[in-house]
Parts: sequence; C-alpha cells; structure tokens
Amino acid sequence: MGNEAHTPDAAASVDFEQVQSTGQFQELRRRHRSFVFPMAVAFLLWYFAYVLLADYAVDFMSTKVWGNINVGLILGLLQFVSTFAITGWYVHYSNRKLDPIATEIRNEIEGHEFDKDGHRVGGANK
Amino acid sequence: MIAIPAAVDVAALKDTTLLNMGIFGLFVAVTMVIVFRASRNNKTAADYYAAGRSFTGSQNGTAIAGDYLSAASFLGITGAIAINGYDGFMYSIGFLVAWLVALLLVAELLRNTGKFTMADVLSFRLKQRPVRIAAAISTLAVCFFYLLAQMAGAGSLISLLLGISDWGGQALVIIVVGALMIMYVLIGGMKGTTWVQIIKAMLLIAGAAVMTLWVLAIYGFNLSALLGGAVETANNPAVLNPGLQYGKTETSKLDFMSLGLALVLGTAALPHVLMRFYTVPTAKEARKSVVWSIWLIGLFYLFTLVLGYGAAALVGADTIKSAPGGVNAAAPLLAFHLGGPLLLGFISAVAFATILAVVAGLTITAAASFAHDIYANVIAKGKADAATEVRVARRTVVVIGILAILGGIFANGQNVAFLVALAFAVAASANLPTIIYSLFWRKFTTQGAVWSMYGGLASAILLIVFSPVVSGAKTSMIPGANFALFPLSNPGIVSIPLAFLLGWLGTTLDKRREDPAKQAEMEVRSLTGIGAEKAVDH
Repeated sequence: MGNEAHTPDAAASVDFEQVQSTGQFQELRRRHRSFVFPMAVAFLLWYFAYVLLADYAVDFMSTKVWGNINVGLILGLLQFVSTFAITGWYVHYSNRKLDPIATEIRNEIEGHEFDKDGHRVGGANK
Repeated sequence: MIAIPAAVDVAALKDTTLLNMGIFGLFVAVTMVIVFRASRNNKTAADYYAAGRSFTGSQNGTAIAGDYLSAASFLGITGAIAINGYDGFMYSIGFLVAWLVALLLVAELLRNTGKFTMADVLSFRLKQRPVRIAAAISTLAVCFFYLLAQMAGAGSLISLLLGISDWGGQALVIIVVGALMIMYVLIGGMKGTTWVQIIKAMLLIAGAAVMTLWVLAIYGFNLSALLGGAVETANNPAVLNPGLQYGKTETSKLDFMSLGLALVLGTAALPHVLMRFYTVPTAKEARKSVVWSIWLIGLFYLFTLVLGYGAAALVGADTIKSAPGGVNAAAPLLAFHLGGPLLLGFISAVAFATILAVVAGLTITAAASFAHDIYANVIAKGKADAATEVRVARRTVVVIGILAILGGIFANGQNVAFLVALAFAVAASANLPTIIYSLFWRKFTTQGAVWSMYGGLASAILLIVFSPVVSGAKTSMIPGANFALFPLSNPGIVSIPLAFLLGWLGTTLDKRREDPAKQAEMEVRSLTGIGAEKAVDH
C-alpha cells in the first residue's frame, strides 16, 4: 500500500512505541522542538512586524537615513540578514545537538535487525 | 545616466528579432540534448519521480533554487519593483523568509517519512484513501495555478522577443511552449528535469549577477544614486516608499497583509518543492540542499532589487507597461538596454529555460501525484506494477499540459509574481496545516486532515474565483463580467487561518482515534531517519 517504501527496510519489525518512549528519543524530540518552535515564532513575528510597518507605518518606513536609502529598505535588507543568520544557526545546532543522537538511535535499531539466517536485513530503501 | 528615449528600445528590439531567436534557439537545443543524455537510465519509478535519490545536497539545492527562481522571481519581481517600487520588494522578502518554514519545520522530517509525494507523508498515520485523495487533489490544484503563471510568463517573454502584441499570436506562442514542455517531461523524467534546473539556475544567477553589476556600475556602485535615478525617471519619490500599489485604501492594505501571509507560508507547502527533498539520499543532504538554496535564492533576490529599480531608472515604467509582455517585460527590456540583442537573447533564453524547467518540474509532480496516489493506490488499490504507473504518469503529463496551456492563454498579461502568489495561497491553505499537524500534533486525525485540506482548498479557490483577479476590474481575466464578491486579490488571510481552524475542529470533533503505533512510527522515523537513510544502489 501507500508506504510500501518502508516494508522491506531495516525498521520493518521495530517496536516504534517502545523506541518513542525511551529517554534518548524523548531527549532528541525535546532538543528538536525547543529549537525550531521558538525560532519559528521569532522569525514569523519579526516578518509580520515588518509587513505591518510597511502597510500601516508608511511615514516611518519612508524616513530617509542615508541619501535615498530609507528605513523601509534597511528593514527589508535586515530580513535577508536574519534569514541567513537563522539558517546558519540551525545548521550549527543540528550538527552538534541533533545529528549525533539521531544517528545513535538509528544505529541501535538498524544494527539489531537480522533475518533468520543472521544476515543483516536491508537498509536500502528500494 | 539619462535613459535612452523609451520608444527607441522597443523599436530597435524588433530589428533584432532574428538574432534574439537564434541565440535563444541554440540554448533550448543544448538543454534538450542534456535531457536526452540524462534520461538514458530512467527505469524504475524511483528513477522517474525521484531521480533514483542520487543527487547530492548541493546539486539538489541548486535544482531547488532553479525550481523556485521561476519566471515569477525573475520576470515578475523585477517587473513589480520597476512599476510599483517598494511594494514589489515585498515579494522578494516573503519568498525568501518562507524558506525558514521549510528548513526548520518541514524539509528533513518530510524526507525521512515519505517516498515520492506529499501524500505519502500526510497519509502515513491516517486513513490511506481519503487523505491520499485529498492530498493528490490539492497537489493538482496548486500545480495548476503555478503552471498558469509560468505559461503567462512564457507568453509575455516570447511575445516580446518576436514583437507579437495581438492576443491570437500570443495564444499560439503559449501553445508551442506547452508542447515543448510536454516533450521535455515525457523524455526526461525527474533526472533530466533536475539537470536542466541545475544548469539553468546557474545561468540565471550568473546572468542576473552580470546585469546587477552593470546597473550598479552605471551609477558608480552607489545604491542611493540608483534609487535617485528611479525617482527621477518615474518623476515620483514614492517609488522608494511602501504603499504605492497597496497603500491606497484600507482594503488594499489588507490585501498586502494577505499577500505577505501567503508568501511566507506557501513555500513549505508547494508539492513540487517538497518532492525535490526526495531526490537526495539522506535527511542531512535534504538539510544541506535547503541551506544551499536559501543562499542562492537570497543572493538572487538581492539582485532583483537592483534590477527592478534599474529597469525603473533606465527603461522607465511607462515603456515597460506599453511593451509586448507588459509588466513581465521589465527584465528583458533592461537587458536589451544594457547589452543589446546579445544580452537580451541570452537573458530571454535563460528565462525561457527557467519557465520550461519549472513547468516540467510542476508537471512531473502533478503526474506523480495522480499516478502514484490516485491511480496506483486508490484505483488499482496498490496492485499496479511500476511500469503501468509510469505509463499513467506519462499520460497525465499530456492532460495537465493541455489544461495549463488553456489556462495560460487566459492568464496572459497578468504579473507572473502575482499569479504565483495565488498558487502559494492555495498551497498554504490546502497543505500546510495538515503537514504541520501531522508532523507535530499527536492527536491529529483523519477527519481533521480531510476537513482542513478540502476546506482550505475550496475556500482559497472560491475566494479567487470571486475576487477582482477574475472579474470586476480592468485587469481581470474576464474584464467584461463582474461577480467579484470578495474584495481582496489574494485569499490567504481568510483561507489559511480557516484551514488551520478546520484541522483543529475536525480533530477535536472526531470520535475515532488514530493508531498510536503509527504515530510513534512516524515520529521516530521523521526525527531519526530510520529506514530512509540510504540511497538506492546502482
């Protein structure tokens, strides 16, 4: 059926509820959510603040700062800067805090999957 | 520093039609050869839809950038800034910031749980049939709106190159473009399309970089002087301030909010972008590809700021509006102004390849969705073999191509970025709530998903049909009629919250509970990548 991709793979017979309840997995989930949720709220608030300013505070946004460059343009360019910064920050965070623990869990599960003859089952996502 | 009188530009352009077309044709031929070469090993369904999961993160990231930097970004945003000034810049910002939603909340988790299509993920722990059908229908709808925009862009571009300004001629152009595109997809599949995207993304960014430096050089690398030039040509200092297009009334201000919402929430729900995450072997590569594409896309949107104001200063809004292709002609006209027929030919060819490749990507997504989700899983109940599925996909390509051509003929003349924003609104309404809920909300149920997807999709489409986009205004698709009951041209501000609400309501009122084992499996898979980490061996 729909997820036939997953039937022949190494994880077919894993008790996922058991894995889900382990402290290790709970820690992975906590680390993931405690980063992405606040960050998502923060950048969305900053983005909508910008949109609201451009929409309803035209005079403020039109204030000239340097030559013809006004506040609106600077705030707009700062949206670019913050996007690049958050991207870099997230990559740094996942490389250090998420990937090692995810790999550990994966190896633990996939490492124990053998068929009756003792051969390692799959791993390939056919 | 003073712009050449506008009339000279367009008239001179007609004299060089042959040269424009020659350079253009050469480029199209080269990409065609690449597609043929790349498609030699298209054997399995994984090859056809997901390019055998053989691409690296940076390759895929470039391809995503290629998919994303469509005609909307290049022709549409440049035109919007050239004519509406600062308000056009909003597209660049929204389109870019939206990638953070994809990066943080969706890309990797999705890569770890799915196989080919968005429906694979959405139906993972819910009831297969209803969710899969709903996801496939919304995929088809989003792809259709996105295709409309690309077709309209192609019509504008070729009309400008050939100097065709009558409706019938432009319609013919759209038909030819559509036919070419069908060939691309039928022959190339995902691998061919991905290679075209990669090459074209690099050429597009390089071409835009050259034009940006050129424009900046004219103004002594002084952004302030460039902006001054735009003010001078437009004879209106307001081009630098927000509100030129959207600041007129309270309704139009609301429309701006609606646009902003749709732009930032749409990207992570675009089926053809989501599908690209499946062409890489691991979640880590999926992350790399998003990072790579954020850099490329961000860089490109900085260029569009210069190009848009450059076109405003050097070509002038009035010339752009009166040229064949209208607002979408700003970038090609700027190219012609700077580098004559050679640069125009190159830039147009790149823009055309952009459209062709994006259209191909969209069509493949739609075809995969129909063949894989509706045909293989619902009609044939999982008993169809891979060869039949690919055959169905190829037939779907033809049907979708024809529909897109017809739609494109009607959408011709609208700003491409604006049309794409409609596709974003439909995607954010129909798909995003269900994607977010099913990844992060344990209690989410089938009823919630179905309500949210159909509710979001139907409200977004109905609001567009009854908006000034379709009728009731001079710029409408059907200018003669007036059934515009909804005042905003982008439905996002209503339909997106509604879809989130429906997803919550449907779940809360659902007496059925979903299988907790499936939920556990999805969560563990999505965060750890079990079973999805290794590529198909060749």
